[in-house]
Amino acid sequence: MKAAVIVFPGSNCDRDLAVAIREIGGTAPTMVWHGDSDLPDDLGLIAVPGGFSYGDYLRSGAMAARSPIMRAVSDAAARGVPVLGVCNGFQVLTEAGLLPGALMRNAGIDFVCRDVALTVDNTQSLFTSGYDAGETITVPVAHHDGNYFADDATLDRLEGEGRVAFRYAEGVNGSARNIAGLLNADGNVLGMMPHPERRIEAAHGGSDGRRLFEGLLAKVLA
Amino acid sequence: MKLRIIVTLKPGVLDPQGKAIHKALDGLGFAGVEDVRQGKLIELDVADDTDDATIDAMCRKLLANTVIENYRVERA
Repeated sequence: MKAAVIVFPGSNCDRDLAVAIREIGGTAPTMVWHGDSDLPDDLGLIAVPGGFSYGDYLRSGAMAARSPIMRAVSDAAARGVPVLGVCNGFQVLTEAGLLPGALMRNAGIDFVCRDVALTVDNTQSLFTSGYDAGETITVPVAHHDGNYFADDATLDRLEGEGRVAFRYAEGVNGSARNIAGLLNADGNVLGMMPHPERRIEAAHGGSDGRRLFEGLLAKVLA
Repeated sequence: MKLRIIVTLKPGVLDPQGKAIHKALDGLGFAGVEDVRQGKLIELDVADDTDDATIDAMCRKLLANTVIENYRVERA
């Protein structure tokens, strides 16, 4: 099985994700342009990278979510292919309807670019099995629109179903219930604002993001 | 046919930009501003025979995110 990284105009973490997948999974992913309408066969993982797709025009992720390749990504997700969206990728997945809710302007208005502490809320998922329950990890964030919003009934349901993968250990951007990463109902789609691919080796200042890829890639690229 | 699509945040959804504008107005000495909400205005020029259902679909599928935003259509 192979991995694919989707590249939109304005993506800027696509190569970081590709390096993480290649270094940890052993095989370089296929880079797929947003204007393509088909994905490679036999995909074990689709990664939607961070950046500022389409310059964040209209709303962050709004234009990318309507690009031709996203129809194929949605179809693949519905068939159970794992999809990981990081930062702008999370915004794209919510705009595409693959994850509930929306990511709004940070409550403090400022762009937040720093290391944050995350609590791993769900260690049973495809993406988080490399972590211990309740573990706190440190991973950087870099975003302007990371303030997760959903109505209270939706938030209650998400928490009840164990779909919060990561929470900020303290307030970062105003996110409802400190949600930093969220799973879909089937558990094969994860969106998260923090960047695990920027923390995979000591030279990055730590490797807490590495175990996400180790746990995930061992399963999906086998 | 010219249309103006007005997109606003739903009531109760936090609007940090509106809050910042409010603060700036206060800072300029304008008294009595009770609240500020920021939205978007999108102008469309469409074929005269474009029906309401199509215009509504444009709003729901792209122009507004109905999780957080309301929209209304004005004919210019």
